Amino acid sequence: MADKIIKKADLPALLSRLLDHYRVYAPVRHQGMTNFEKISAADQVDLSHVNTTLSPKSLMLPQSESMFQFTSMKTVDQRGILREIEKDYSPRVIFAIRPCDAKSFQLLDLNFDTPSYRDPWWLGQRQSTTLVGLGCNQPCNTCFCTSVGSGPFSADGLDLLLIDAGDEFAIQTRTEKGKELLIKTSVESEGSEATANAVLARQESSLKAFNSTVYTENLKRHDVKALFDGDFWDELHFACINCGVCTFVCPTCWCFDIQDEVHKGNGIRLRNWDSCMFPLFTLHGSGHNPRAQKLQRLRQRFMHKLKYFVDKYDRGVACVGCGRCVQQCPVNIDIRHVFRLMNDLGA
Amino acid sequence: MENPYLPYPARIDSVVTETEDRNLKTFKLVFLNSEDRGKFIHRAGQFAELSVAGKGEIPIGIASSPTEQGYLLFTVNQVGVVTGALHQMEAGDTIGVRGPLGNWYPWERMEGKNVVIIGGGFAFTTLRASIIYMLHPENRSRFGDITVIYGARTPGMLLYKDELAAWNERDDIRMHITVDAADDPDWKYNVGFVPTITQEAAPSAKEAYALICGPPIMIKFTLPILSELGFPPERIIMSLEMRMKCGIGMCGRCNIGTEYVCKDGPVFDLAHMSRLPNEY
Repeated sequence: MADKIIKKADLPALLSRLLDHYRVYAPVRHQGMTNFEKISAADQVDLSHVNTTLSPKSLMLPQSESMFQFTSMKTVDQRGILREIEKDYSPRVIFAIRPCDAKSFQLLDLNFDTPSYRDPWWLGQRQSTTLVGLGCNQPCNTCFCTSVGSGPFSADGLDLLLIDAGDEFAIQTRTEKGKELLIKTSVESEGSEATANAVLARQESSLKAFNSTVYTENLKRHDVKALFDGDFWDELHFACINCGVCTFVCPTCWCFDIQDEVHKGNGIRLRNWDSCMFPLFTLHGSGHNPRAQKLQRLRQRFMHKLKYFVDKYDRGVACVGCGRCVQQCPVNIDIRHVFRLMNDLGA
Repeated sequence: MENPYLPYPARIDSVVTETEDRNLKTFKLVFLNSEDRGKFIHRAGQFAELSVAGKGEIPIGIASSPTEQGYLLFTVNQVGVVTGALHQMEAGDTIGVRGPLGNWYPWERMEGKNVVIIGGGFAFTTLRASIIYMLHPENRSRFGDITVIYGARTPGMLLYKDELAAWNERDDIRMHITVDAADDPDWKYNVGFVPTITQEAAPSAKEAYALICGPPIMIKFTLPILSELGFPPERIIMSLEMRMKCGIGMCGRCNIGTEYVCKDGPVFDLAHMSRLPNEY
């Protein structure tokens, strides 16, 4: 149900008003790639993309994030004591995020916001952010969000969803945060029946354009050790070069490393994206490595997404069907194929 | 909100070199801020992240018992960057401690039961914490017989030698100390590998739990002996090691199947282990 509309011609004005109230991150095109960047003017935004090359996860979990600061100078009595770093968690909007990427944040909440521990930086980013989604009138060949609990117009995890309905965007309001944004930016026009019909037509044609489907119904039932010992891993892993691009472009890959850096007596502890594709990821101090082999590392990635996560949280697979790993894998390993192998085990 | 990544600052109170190769040292730590002491309430079997600013963090089992108040003990093997830096540090230096982390030995289930402790090499730290805990006058009556089988390569590689000797004199704990080989003519304990000594000591499985911690090869050969002695998998308790960073189940590297060793472990019983993929 569309609550409000905004004329496409008025979009630059809306973005300008957003910039008065929020830090705004939106798709920006550079050298043939569209990615989320902080904008300072409405004309930087480019909505001609199908989806961004990189997922917006770096806006919640920066590729490199400082955690603490310290001094190692001998003359300072606070030497060696870690101190928290002030962060900017003022109100922020991620504009034109796709529904699949918004869902990925909900899945990552399960890891970072738990009954026993809450990650302060993840929460800081999440709580300060209003998510304005943009529905997908035209999916790409590798999209399969409809098979994994999302969809081209799913508003799950979004505060507002915009749907391109021709000359205007229909706006669905999902949360108080979303409502607040509309009030702050004076979006008041109501949608007409024509808008509603245009939205329905877009939704129908988009769903018809999907040509990728995966099946997940058996994953929970399968024995974890039977999947782990599946004979298909051997053939699957053969081409993999452990480059890790799948994990870096994936919106639901969250693994990170923690490192200290010191320069002239001043240091920071920071966390950086890490990848289960890398042998150092699990190398013990003793030299022992439980995932020393390439096969074990590739298996870990898919088992985590399609089995361990399913069993641990009972919230479906840790995949939102964005298709980025399929597009960007240099050796054409296709997660849709892995879904089939795992779901069809024993069939 | 408490930041679970922020270590409590602590002062190194003393450093004891434990072994003849000088590669294992026990650090006694005291919290710099007294209010942090009340926040750090651990149980035997848990670990903590030791933080050396500029070098990083390492997960280390807590070697002191909750009954030892006012300080924490950590016995650290020198293997890498952080442990190397730690081994260079002295009494009075400042480090960080983050925890307590992970689960503990199943003290609730072990109440009223006999306890068999099997350890090898430097993996005796949380087992020491467990022994000290059970031998405390307030706790001793809550457990039945306590049997300890502890081995190292040589007499000089045993940890906590004075305490081992003192326990050996007591009548409320049965000690089986052993070494792989000894060239000391005065060596008065056993010579032989831990699995062999376990077989000879043959602790009864009746109403008993086995806590086992040691190098993989020791565990591999000891598990079948425990099974022969009649210990069911639910009463064989192991503590696992894994490369860790966050220690709170978030950074993603220490999993075995669905379980994060840092948060869901490090203590697992054998029945649980056997349901997980064999990848550790």
